[in-house]
Amino acid sequence: MPDGKPNVVLHVADVHKHFGGLHALSDIDLDIEEGKTHAIIGPNGAGKSTLLNVIIGRLPPTSGTVVFDGQVLTGKKPHEINQMGVVRVFQTPEIFPELSVLQNVMAPAFAKRDGAFRINIFRPLEAEAGIREEAESILEDVGLHERRSTHAGALSRGDKRRMELAMCLIQHPRLLLLDEPTAGMSRHDTNTTIALLQKIKQRGMTKVIIEHDMHVVFSLADKISVLSGGRIIAEGLPDEVRGNVKVQEAYLGGAHRLEAVH
Amino acid sequence: MGNLFIMPRRDLVVFVIFAAVVLAMPVWLGPLGAAYPGLLQKFAIFAIFAIGYNILFGLTGYLSFGHAAFLGVGSYTAVWSFKLLTMDVFPAIIFAVLVSGLFALVIGWLSLKRSGIYFSILTLAFAQMCYNLAYSVLTPITNGETSLQLTRQDPRVIDAMFGPAGDSLPTASIIGHNFTGFQGFYFCAAVLLVAFFIAQKIFSSPFGMMLRAIKSNQTRMNYTGFDTKPYALTAFVISGMYAGLAGALLAVTDPLAGAERMQWTASGEVVLMTILGGVGTLVGPVIGAWLIKYFENIFSAFNESMLTRIFSWVPEGLRDWVVTIASKFVGEGWHLTLGLLFVLVVVFLPGGIMEGVRRIGALLRRPTPPATPTAMRAQPAE
Repeated sequence: MPDGKPNVVLHVADVHKHFGGLHALSDIDLDIEEGKTHAIIGPNGAGKSTLLNVIIGRLPPTSGTVVFDGQVLTGKKPHEINQMGVVRVFQTPEIFPELSVLQNVMAPAFAKRDGAFRINIFRPLEAEAGIREEAESILEDVGLHERRSTHAGALSRGDKRRMELAMCLIQHPRLLLLDEPTAGMSRHDTNTTIALLQKIKQRGMTKVIIEHDMHVVFSLADKISVLSGGRIIAEGLPDEVRGNVKVQEAYLGGAHRLEAVH
Repeated sequence: MGNLFIMPRRDLVVFVIFAAVVLAMPVWLGPLGAAYPGLLQKFAIFAIFAIGYNILFGLTGYLSFGHAAFLGVGSYTAVWSFKLLTMDVFPAIIFAVLVSGLFALVIGWLSLKRSGIYFSILTLAFAQMCYNLAYSVLTPITNGETSLQLTRQDPRVIDAMFGPAGDSLPTASIIGHNFTGFQGFYFCAAVLLVAFFIAQKIFSSPFGMMLRAIKSNQTRMNYTGFDTKPYALTAFVISGMYAGLAGALLAVTDPLAGAERMQWTASGEVVLMTILGGVGTLVGPVIGAWLIKYFENIFSAFNESMLTRIFSWVPEGLRDWVVTIASKFVGEGWHLTLGLLFVLVVVFLPGGIMEGVRRIGALLRRPTPPATPTAMRAQPAE
């Protein structure tokens, strides 16, 4: 982009979302810079998940637009948004329970390579060595390689989340949206996931993270937006947000929690 | 396509065993009283129907209640090819597959706008529409109740070029060679093997995996960048073409086509075949088709005198009693036996007969029953 400014990948402009009389989101303006990890935090019911659903096209905004890389995302179908390079990890893992772990990770690689639809019946899966190797190496990264032949439905919740992350990573997304990537994980698994996400950060992938766990947020975020009552009440570098009085009020005693991370 | 014959080793073994079993059917069905050509042909034909149906239902999970429509369309098309062009089977089969594919494209495109029970009802509605049209408005094409049949006055333009028609009604032929009886069976068996091979290719391909993924979690498929609609529609059309192929073979082995082939009971039958044998498995639907056709044709022919012979070892006083009870389950009562079998399978072996085979296999491999990996259906919330 021109004028030497940081390259904005995702631009959320004046988005409102009403459910009947409830204003879930008001006046949301958000710029996500390329290569950065942008965390969206806020108390329960602040509208974080709604915002993510609007970005990914799962919910249409009442007004306003979401622009990714110069293209309007509003109104596009989920698979079109994915094909543009915007990929989402869900809060409740969305996986293919009946397929093996390896197949779960291979499927998204086909979407990346072959596009949204392709009839491909002549080459058996076994002959797709390239995609298989890539899937195995990513499973290695998330620590699920030994379980590659297991039915994905039989995995623990934490393992399902890590597998879902692998499913997203294999697509080399331009923008990765993570909805509470460590919710329901043990401390140990959380730290593994943080390390993994830090590793991707070094590769320069742009990420938006919605997270409750301040430990995770302050370990990963380059920039933080604080959402409360459907509005962005503060935005800035982690240290600026940490010291912000409005933020501490919004969290009602959350000051202790924020300080505790020091 | 060099890739066409690349096959995982396991698939190759399955194919060879399957081919041996199919080609040896006249031998091993002998002791079971089913080794006559008419029934053997049905075994091969309905196996094709069930294999194709399973590509839709088994892989994508879309439960169609209207696939008999495509079977009927295939039969009508094949008979018309016999009437207008030639008695050769290849044009008949090719046209039947194409026309039923076209029907499947239209019906599938409309039905797939909904999913779950609404999809099933839509397919049922379209099939019943086809059935009723064939009986009423479309009588000029379908010949209504009397069924579409060959007549000596048919033009058969291609055959006519090679010589005048004979005095008797012609029969189907392959490049000039008429075939009947066991030749008819072996022709159907060869087509069955090709159909099975293609199904194997689909099952082991990335495309097959995508279809399974649609069944597993359609939301994830969409957010993974797949447009699921054309995938499901392709599966629908392929299974419709399989049904058309089966319909064409019915016409090849007996050149007439009636509307009853499209009735909802015929659509339901293929669902039963697939569930009985094992949804989503390659061989299961074939076994299901064979079992149901066996019951329909052999069990239904049992009568009291045959039962008396079978139970001749039972002491005199008891024999009448045993025969009376057993007779309720055979002859006219074959539906009862089939129904009971179906209930038992669905309740105790939800994966069909193939699940039973797998369990027995697991028992034999290990003396203690292994903990079966229960594929928990994680129902996505949100």
